[in-house]
Amino acid sequence: MFLSNTETIPGKTTREFYGVVTGSTVRAKHVGRDIMAGLKNIVGGELTGYTELLNEARTEALDRMKQQAQSVGANAVVNIRFSTSSVAQGAAELFAYGTAVTVE
Amino acid sequence: MEAWIQLVFNLGLPLLVLIGAYLTGTAIERRHFRSLRARENASRRFLAVTFPYFPEDREVVASELVTESIVVSIDHFKRFLAGLRMLFGGRITAYETLLDRGRREAIMRLKESSRERGFQAVINVRLETSRLASSRGDRGVAGVEVLAFGTALRFAR
Repeated sequence: MFLSNTETIPGKTTREFYGVVTGSTVRAKHVGRDIMAGLKNIVGGELTGYTELLNEARTEALDRMKQQAQSVGANAVVNIRFSTSSVAQGAAELFAYGTAVTVE
Repeated sequence: MEAWIQLVFNLGLPLLVLIGAYLTGTAIERRHFRSLRARENASRRFLAVTFPYFPEDREVVASELVTESIVVSIDHFKRFLAGLRMLFGGRITAYETLLDRGRREAIMRLKESSRERGFQAVINVRLETSRLASSRGDRGVAGVEVLAFGTALRFAR
């Protein structure tokens, strides 16, 4: 599966369009990480626990988007965009979307 | 005597935390900026551009979506200062440097991970910033997440 945030896959020709595909996941932080991050919050700097958590979640959103693209028969997703929104306190939705196409 | 101890506890302890946070926070930030400058100089020749194409005409043999992110927060002392600043308005340097750190680090990670995976450039770089809400509400600011993403390219020789 080819993925890109440009309008085409560089070096390939787009053949067919299948429309928008999306993938999302809603994650809450767990208590252990929250306590560690709370401590780290006093001195500032990177909150590694949260960085990892959001990366995992974003990968999952991308995976779901890829599955959807596969199920419609596409072999690439172009013009991918991300968005993050906090749906509730302590929980965030990570969302990825793009246009499913076939390239060769 | 007891009132005196209580005063030390009620005023002294938060003050101690504040001073401790200031010293460690400043040291961490200074070290981060130093490492950023060094890594930025080292990766100057690796191009990351915001165009949807590579500025030179070169044959692309492989491409891949790359995403890198960081969650950063400021220390308690600076948050306290920023709180004071909100009374008078004006520029809040503490948050400016925080966002600067976050964005530069995210772009550096994007370049470094692309290079490690054998790519030679990143095009269509986009940056997104979102505030992380803490489970304790506005009292416990969790920090900001900066996401950098783009399309990494490998060229034909």
